[in-house]
Amino acid sequence: MLAREPSSQAGQHSGRVDLVVITGMVAQNSRVLDVGSGDGHLLRLLAETRGVDGRGIEISREGVNHCVAKGLAVIQGDADIDLADYPDDAFDYVILSQTLQATRRPRWVLEQMLRIGRHAVVSFPNFGHWKIRLKLLFRGRMPITENLPETWYETPNIHFCTIRDFVELVRQLDVKMERAVAFNSWGRPVRLNAPWWFWNLFGEQAVFLLSRKT
Amino acid sequence: MSVIRAEFEGAVSRAEAIRREADEPHSKLVRFGPDKPLKLDAGVELTPFQIAYTTHGELNAQKSNAILICHALTGDQYVIGDHPVTGKPGWWETMVGPGRPIDTDHFFVICSNVLGGCMGTTGPASKDPKTGEPYELSLPVLTIRDMVRAQAMLLDHLGIEKLLCVTGGSMGAMQALQWAASYPARVFASLPIAVAARHSAQNIAFHEVGRQSIMADPEWRQGAYYRADTFPRRGLAVARMAAHITYLSDAALHRKFGRQLQDRAALTFGFDADFQVESYLRHQGTIFVERFDANSYLYITRAMDYFDIAADYNGVLANAFRGTKTRFCIISFTSDWLFPTSDARHIVHALNAAGASVSFAEIVTDKGHDAFLLEEPELFDIVRGFLDAAAKSLGIKV
Repeated sequence: MLAREPSSQAGQHSGRVDLVVITGMVAQNSRVLDVGSGDGHLLRLLAETRGVDGRGIEISREGVNHCVAKGLAVIQGDADIDLADYPDDAFDYVILSQTLQATRRPRWVLEQMLRIGRHAVVSFPNFGHWKIRLKLLFRGRMPITENLPETWYETPNIHFCTIRDFVELVRQLDVKMERAVAFNSWGRPVRLNAPWWFWNLFGEQAVFLLSRKT
Repeated sequence: MSVIRAEFEGAVSRAEAIRREADEPHSKLVRFGPDKPLKLDAGVELTPFQIAYTTHGELNAQKSNAILICHALTGDQYVIGDHPVTGKPGWWETMVGPGRPIDTDHFFVICSNVLGGCMGTTGPASKDPKTGEPYELSLPVLTIRDMVRAQAMLLDHLGIEKLLCVTGGSMGAMQALQWAASYPARVFASLPIAVAARHSAQNIAFHEVGRQSIMADPEWRQGAYYRADTFPRRGLAVARMAAHITYLSDAALHRKFGRQLQDRAALTFGFDADFQVESYLRHQGTIFVERFDANSYLYITRAMDYFDIAADYNGVLANAFRGTKTRFCIISFTSDWLFPTSDARHIVHALNAAGASVSFAEIVTDKGHDAFLLEEPELFDIVRGFLDAAAKSLGIKV
């Protein structure tokens, strides 16, 4: 899975935007598990602005070190394996920020998130964005963009999806989609009343708040 | 002739020094009289008894900056500073001291010799006040929990209600974990390094080899060697050699020694130490018997064997930590096959299930179990980060 590099996310305005939106989706004083904590930026933001009791999983030891030095409780581990070890209902929210596309078993990871927590918050880059579609259409090669700068053979992102793909997976999982937000390339939200095809074309990134039906 | 004589005298004075340290240590000492007995898991009380300890740094006015360091099987209270018997530096100089990760400029460090030890805390070599002779094997078998109970009495004596952190590696880490289970309100943070929540069958097996080696030495004399003024040197040395292998790793041994020969050009076709690794192990055995008591080795290895926190909580480790406010940081090493990462993760899962605040890191090294004692910059980084964050959250300047 993808370890958010300690500085790569914070430096990009679009990365910032998704963290702000995620923070807004989390209730005050709740218990949160952040899967792929990186340098602990989001966990700290959640603690400071929402008073959450946060925990994290992070695959890189450097990331764990950064988190521990911030006083955060973060475990070195791999979401594809270690989510299985968490008890049911341990958290109110389980967050997966910009990591879904780097997991080996995205569907299993989502299922685990909604087993461990009542809510899941997922943010990911939309592979259906018009810039990516154009690059693929005209150049015929795997797109390299500002947000997704690695070549196909070096990227940790092995399971790209579009917003519509994700929505379809959510339907299959039979969970409630509480909220969905997409941003365009300038970090502005795509019109809420726009149809899915519009979101899928103009949303560069998406954030979903999911909940168990029962 | 004179060289041999000097060595002989050296050995005698060293033996005397060890025996003296058992009752009258160089370090600080607190004696608990009949009014303060120590209740042991064996179901009896130990009284009177004593604890030898060292402190480093200054206790602040709020008494909030105390860190208890628990030593491993063959360690002692001389965590930093010269050892009174060997003259060598302390066992954790890399980690503890001014400007070190456990910074004595900011923290008040306490390190006590464990119960059953031989450096001044009551153990089998200590004089039994009832007989005026060493306890030998009449001392009840001890547990890690007993060791922690004794340390809690030391803290009471020092007027310290709550520790900023309790830490240690290996058996020291067992104590750090037991502290959090036995006295959750007295431990703000627990930092066990190279740890397991119970001693594995393989580890018990290795300890049994060590104990049998000591007991097979005729000089052991059913533990009564003090009176005979002798010592099971060979047995203890072999125990140490076997144990030492388990503290390293295949890769580290290969890197250090490979198949290199010791001071010779070819194999001798004999049973002398042809290989460097043999010579190294023999040396480890030889220097160990100069500073450690054989009966202490029996008692302390037994305490580790008996360690199984979950057993005290109906077999559910998470129950040992339910509702705990202690923050944990657990560290393992990739090449540690004595206390492997899987054991550390087992604890992490239990702490997660208990809803505890826990961090965990696995450090990549080929140095094996003993990595916690060695130069490991990644280990130092995380220990420093964890302690400084804990201190800051309590308003302690770091």
